[in-house]
Amino acid sequence: MHTNDKRPELSRLEYRLLNDFQRDFPLTSRPFLAIAEELGTDEETILKTLEGLVERKMISRLGPVFRPRRLGASTLAALAVPEDQLETVAAMVSAYPAVNHNYEREHLFNLWFVVTAASEEEIEKVLNDIRDRSRCRLLNLPMEDAYHIDLGFPLWC
Amino acid sequence: MGNIFIDAFRQQTPIDFSDEFSRRLIKATQGGLPVSPTPYADIARQLGVSTEAVITRLTQMLEAGAIRRIGAVPNHYALGYRGNGMSVWDVPDDAVDEVGREIAALDFVSHCYQRPRFDDKWPYNLFAMVHGHNRDEVMARIEEMQAMLGDRVCSHDILFSTKILKKTGFRL
Repeated sequence: MHTNDKRPELSRLEYRLLNDFQRDFPLTSRPFLAIAEELGTDEETILKTLEGLVERKMISRLGPVFRPRRLGASTLAALAVPEDQLETVAAMVSAYPAVNHNYEREHLFNLWFVVTAASEEEIEKVLNDIRDRSRCRLLNLPMEDAYHIDLGFPLWC
Repeated sequence: MGNIFIDAFRQQTPIDFSDEFSRRLIKATQGGLPVSPTPYADIARQLGVSTEAVITRLTQMLEAGAIRRIGAVPNHYALGYRGNGMSVWDVPDDAVDEVGREIAALDFVSHCYQRPRFDDKWPYNLFAMVHGHNRDEVMARIEEMQAMLGDRVCSHDILFSTKILKKTGFRL
């Protein structure tokens, strides 16, 4: 156990709801009843427990995870930004509506972001613009193949 | 496991879900289903369609891969997964598919992508998001991966995120 751990207390039922139902949520008229039967409890308990998890923000949402539309294009890009300009450049990048993820990372390439647009040309335009305005080295790394995309992953508590 | 994932991804038939009903359904459900005894009926009422129509369309979207999964989306950060690292690997081109599948099958990897190498400063062609409760745990998992991959990889690096500046989910 590490001192910087921030693991919340989860009941056995909460754990199972979070861990076992990241996929295959029932597509039936009373899905929570089906889950309750599987977990050996009643529908009301399931609903109350889920509400509690949502309230405590342990669960972001419960529902379909949509794949971004096949039409359109996206890429992962990175900039090597001098430390003293990082805040300014990061804010400039985040301000583009086409940028939907933007992370600071510990590396020479220290700003990583995803650009999504209607076409490759539009992405190219945004990236050129960002490169010109930031005057930083830029990596453009579009996806070539996906082996595993967010199908949920088990929790080890 | 890796094979299942990659096959599921590649076999998606291009069905068009850009019709009015699909778009309204996506809009109504992308933020989550209502936590009520009858979530699909609630959505159906809101859209003025039958419960059956909602369930059928969601099933079609799931089968076609337009929906990746239906279920709980845990807030990993709140659950204590605070050591997320982006691991990047330089794998010979003829081994990248095999290695990619093996890495994708690991429990603690949530995303695994092949991307182009850029130059000799950025020689990595395989990306894997590795999750753990803290940095030490992530580092231990990277070592585990290294041991598994042996000399099939040339070099690798790990990039820890220090700040999330923007994170917007898919929105219509």
